[in-house]
Amino acid sequence: MCHDWILVKQPVKGRGENMKKIALILATAMLISAHNVMAESYVISVNQFVEHPALDAVLKGLQDYLKDNGVTAEFKVHNAQANMGTATQIGQQMIGEKADLLVAIATPSAQATAQALSKAPSGMKRPFLFTAVTDPVAAGLVEALDKPSEYITGVSDLLPLDKHMEMIMTYKPDIKKLGVLYNAGEANSKATVATLKDLSGKMGFKVVEATAAKTADVYTAAKSLVGRCDAVFIPTDNTIVSALESVLKVGTQNKLPIFAADVDSVERGAVAAMGFDYYKHGYQTGAMAKKILEGTSPANLPVESQEVLQLQINLKAATAMGAEPPKVLVDSATKLYK
Amino acid sequence: MTWYAALGALEQGLVYGIMVIGVYLTFRILDFPDLTVDGSLPLGAAISAVAITSGINPYVALLFALLGGFGAGVVTAILNTKFKILHLLASILTMIALYSINIRIMGGPNIALLGSNTIFDPLIALGIPGHYAGLIIFAFFALVVMMLVIWFLKTELGQAILATGDNPQMITSLGVNTHFIIIIGVGLSNGLVALSGALIAQNQGAADVGMGIGTIIAGLASVIVGETIFGKSTIARAIIAALLGSIVYRLAIALALGLEFGDFTFNPSDLNLITAILVIGALIAPNIKKRILAR
Repeated sequence: MCHDWILVKQPVKGRGENMKKIALILATAMLISAHNVMAESYVISVNQFVEHPALDAVLKGLQDYLKDNGVTAEFKVHNAQANMGTATQIGQQMIGEKADLLVAIATPSAQATAQALSKAPSGMKRPFLFTAVTDPVAAGLVEALDKPSEYITGVSDLLPLDKHMEMIMTYKPDIKKLGVLYNAGEANSKATVATLKDLSGKMGFKVVEATAAKTADVYTAAKSLVGRCDAVFIPTDNTIVSALESVLKVGTQNKLPIFAADVDSVERGAVAAMGFDYYKHGYQTGAMAKKILEGTSPANLPVESQEVLQLQINLKAATAMGAEPPKVLVDSATKLYK
Repeated sequence: MTWYAALGALEQGLVYGIMVIGVYLTFRILDFPDLTVDGSLPLGAAISAVAITSGINPYVALLFALLGGFGAGVVTAILNTKFKILHLLASILTMIALYSINIRIMGGPNIALLGSNTIFDPLIALGIPGHYAGLIIFAFFALVVMMLVIWFLKTELGQAILATGDNPQMITSLGVNTHFIIIIGVGLSNGLVALSGALIAQNQGAADVGMGIGTIIAGLASVIVGETIFGKSTIARAIIAALLGSIVYRLAIALALGLEFGDFTFNPSDLNLITAILVIGALIAPNIKKRILAR
């Protein structure tokens, strides 16, 4: 078998048979990775942390905004499949792709990309937009929300918790104890629960916590809340939302209303949510992307958060969990599932 | 795969290679399947991140991480040897306990190190670009660890570890305390894994409680890829092969990330599948070559 014609083209200096084998694999892939970048179109490299309906919706929103607004962009989308090591490699891969804009979806990917960017030689640095990051300051991405850096800005999905709690209290004013179900291993949820505790003092209810470290533990954690609280709130927690159906089952069996923090979960059967729409989140990210592509420096674009909130109620779930919504909320709802 | 991504993969291969050498010690030498590593890698990251953010020198932080990882390994080994819990279960118990402990150590699931002092600072201060600084430091650490482990296995204690893995009855009959040997071996392995985790955290700009997921998988894959491609005739060769196996594994991921066929691009969610296929290719290549040559 003769592969010398390929070996000539590869940059690795083969020493011994084993090195040749690797070189061969590398060279083959280099030959087949033909880059066809259109001159008039932009290139956007994306580092997404994991396949997840909400994160996928962010990407779709971003792509749709650019399409709707006449920006042609070629997307190089990478997915770390929930592995931090891979997220780091994707960061380096994106620097090498020399895109016009880097986008990272979710906190671990954003941190990996920011680090790859800080290590890149100055000629390879590109503007970087993070999205679906709850606390960009704690994550070390920006100094302050209104102080983005020379290359980095983005959109935060910090939950408008006060509005959320107001809605839940209007919905069910007799709540004394609110259960909250989350994964203590998720930075986003930890931040949310801390804020929730601050709010609970002011609004006169108690927070009852239950945690699950992985999707398989969610059902047990949800059951542990039965009898200990009057309603359950689920923050934008990847682990819990992934196993939402098991929480809903517990809610239905025990007439325990389950409130969610994102509207996708309402469609799946949560009672109500004060609208976190990840598609719109991505769409908003797209507007920032357009500005950066057209020459605005990230330093002049403060970190944004979701502007438009919507109230969605699932009437079927409300009946099943024994919590009929008050008329005032039904009238103001953006969307009702019957 | 761009040149930049290849350098990145080499860097990742070297730093994860330290973890792979650790896995080699338990998996191949002690014959002790140790899942503790999924917890001790983030443990090392957590310890070094907390140390750095409280103002401790980043190099000293690495030492703390190493000691922390050693402690985790010792716990697993004591559960196994002194309390007769099956090695696999003992390591699983330590691993799941470490999940909570790591969150305790960090005071949350994630500590950002972006903008903090790291071990790369001295090199960057010399004017070496960041992406080479990582490569140089990791190459240095990986080579030093590799040589130290090879040297250690030639010492009396190292020989006792090798013998314990090979034939525990024989070594016991020679009057060696195998419990002590296993405790040292598993401790050392996890110390290296934690050191690797500490270096990774400083490199990727954050320690995260979830960063250990899949460590044992990457470790075992790298060990086996290494010994299949590069051989295992001597201990030194096998350890070098473990490090090289780690580099091949990371190159496969980098390759999978950049793979395109003209206008056809893979779905991003195909990444793990493509990585697996590339590693399979690397594993069966020597075999196929042998058959063709034999003809």
